[in-house]
Amino acid sequence: MKNNLLFFVLVFAGISCASPDKSSEEKTAAVARKTFTVKGSDTMLPLTQQEAESFMKDDSMTTISVVGGGSGVGISALIDGSNDMAMSSRDLKMEEKLKLEDKKIKIIETIVGYDALSVVVNPSNKVSQLTREQLEDIFTGKIKNWKDVGGINQKIIVYSRESSSGTYEFFKEHVMSKKNYANDVLSLSSTGAIVQSVAQTPGAIGYVGMAYADQSVKNLSVSYDQGKTFVSPSLATALDKSYPVSRPLYYFYDEAKASLVKPYVDFVLSPPGQKMLRTLGYVPVK
Amino acid sequence: MKFLRKLKERLIEGLLFISGGLTSLIVVLIVVFLFREGLGVFGSPTMESSSVLAVNKKNPIQTLTAAQIKNIFDQKITHWNEIGGSNDTIILFYVDDIGVYYSDEQIGSLDNIPNLISNLVDSIPNMLAYFPSKQLSKNFKGNIIASEKVNAKNFLGGKEWLPTAEPAAQLGVLPLILGTLLVSFLAILIALPLGLATAIYMGEIANDKIRRIMKPVIELLAGIPSVVYGFFGLVVIVPLIKDAFGLDVGETALSGSIILAIMALPTIITISEDAMRNTPRAMKEASLALGATQWQTIYKVVIPYSASGITAAAILGIGRAVGETMAVLMVTGNASVMPHSILQPVRTIPATIAAELGEAPQGGLHYKALFALGCILFLITLIINLSVESISKRKKGQRH
Repeated sequence: MKNNLLFFVLVFAGISCASPDKSSEEKTAAVARKTFTVKGSDTMLPLTQQEAESFMKDDSMTTISVVGGGSGVGISALIDGSNDMAMSSRDLKMEEKLKLEDKKIKIIETIVGYDALSVVVNPSNKVSQLTREQLEDIFTGKIKNWKDVGGINQKIIVYSRESSSGTYEFFKEHVMSKKNYANDVLSLSSTGAIVQSVAQTPGAIGYVGMAYADQSVKNLSVSYDQGKTFVSPSLATALDKSYPVSRPLYYFYDEAKASLVKPYVDFVLSPPGQKMLRTLGYVPVK
Repeated sequence: MKFLRKLKERLIEGLLFISGGLTSLIVVLIVVFLFREGLGVFGSPTMESSSVLAVNKKNPIQTLTAAQIKNIFDQKITHWNEIGGSNDTIILFYVDDIGVYYSDEQIGSLDNIPNLISNLVDSIPNMLAYFPSKQLSKNFKGNIIASEKVNAKNFLGGKEWLPTAEPAAQLGVLPLILGTLLVSFLAILIALPLGLATAIYMGEIANDKIRRIMKPVIELLAGIPSVVYGFFGLVVIVPLIKDAFGLDVGETALSGSIILAIMALPTIITISEDAMRNTPRAMKEASLALGATQWQTIYKVVIPYSASGITAAAILGIGRAVGETMAVLMVTGNASVMPHSILQPVRTIPATIAAELGEAPQGGLHYKALFALGCILFLITLIINLSVESISKRKKGQRH
């Protein structure tokens, strides 16, 4: 009986292997449709997914596949030609520009929105503002106690994102003047985990996308002019550019593919597209 | 009819052989892949070849270690004399700074940049310039700094893990190795006594009714995704540890070990309990008939008899602990510092690989270093398995 069963399984496996490949048929059907891939930044992944879904609802002839992986991944795929449009939470690096020039690819860049970073601390913390220099010293490990920046005598617990995150790079470049994070910085793999940890650790400090900073943590005001003016993160200050820790979100695409992807980019920039961006917690362009 | 049955048996035999062979082949292939990618890290320069560091021709400095480069760019080393040069301040130059030294008209097109950098390094004697190698002019007027290569000493003995640091990556894996060992051994120290006790209770003491409820419940524990354990740890264990020990931060090696211990429990309990239940009834009854108490029977007859099964349980439990990724990633804090106590954040090897491999450019130094970490993890597990197996073999030999 058992042997018979095994036999049956074997025969079944044979049948399923022999079934014809369907993918070639599907490919011919897709020629009439427009299909393109958007790849890159994980920060922009939820945004692009939602916008693409709503775009595809209006335009049933277009299929957009959205893939994450990080800004760098999207841009290098664009250079290789395996990607139609890169989403990126940073500008092109000099090296990438040179590579694109080598390949004679003319890139069109569009800023579709901004992502403001909030520096957050535990609500019990008395400190409510820091200068950029103080933040740099805290994250590089030079300042280790809250009393050095006007708080109580308490050890500073620094939370950061993992090195794979674009946010990690942005913070390092724009707040820490490219210096390296201290060794004893705790690195967490997601923004949600940082909010959770900062909320339950009295001496904690961390940075998260503005949309993630909820009631459980306290936003700090930041000064980029040695303490003359402090600006707190909000949609209004991010919009009028007075809040300094904010980064543009880009779409990069090859000029040759403009006819394919431009309608989608225009949709994201249109009032309904920008409204959707705003509800997701990003800062619209206009 | 007889012929058909024989054919069928042959076929099934062949099938079993193929699946056995295939499994072994896959294991070998994975190990080969792991080591091929990982060993490439040794001998690679700590600076990506796409960038160069250069100094003025008159500067006596020819080579810099990765740590020196990092400290210079972090401005912890600010004078050339700290690394054996002149008394002057180090002037750092990034390619994006070109606008500071030249106006837009002077730069003109991108093609002029290599020459401008060359002139700049030539005219400022204390400059340390960092720029893409594409921008290196053919008749460059400065000296190119040779960066340190990764070798066994600075890789295994280095204490700083900053794989994405620029210009030179810091690839010291010692804190990661120690962190992994600390968390796993602590976990097994918690899980093994607890698991064995539960197994003995279930196998020997509990009545059938309790056992029939307990066993599936414990086995159910094994089916919970590790990210759920991780979140449970982050929300429950971490604050608990923080308050219990009065710490500044609850993400510690101990929190990770507790979570890992809970995760290893089902494996340890199920396997060792099965082993204990395999003790022949005759042996147990003989022991009881000789006047031994139930406890004496358990530890003089049942446990020795099932020693190999218990060893297997321990190995699989350790394996689970050493290789576990997600839960540890969420609760240990992942700070790559040398562990000094169990109440301190640590970073483990699996957590490092999981957090970083996705973004490491394929074939690059960071990617190779992560695979080398995978090799180290593989060797750690191999050594543990071999040593536990040899210990259990020796013990068996003594008894018989």
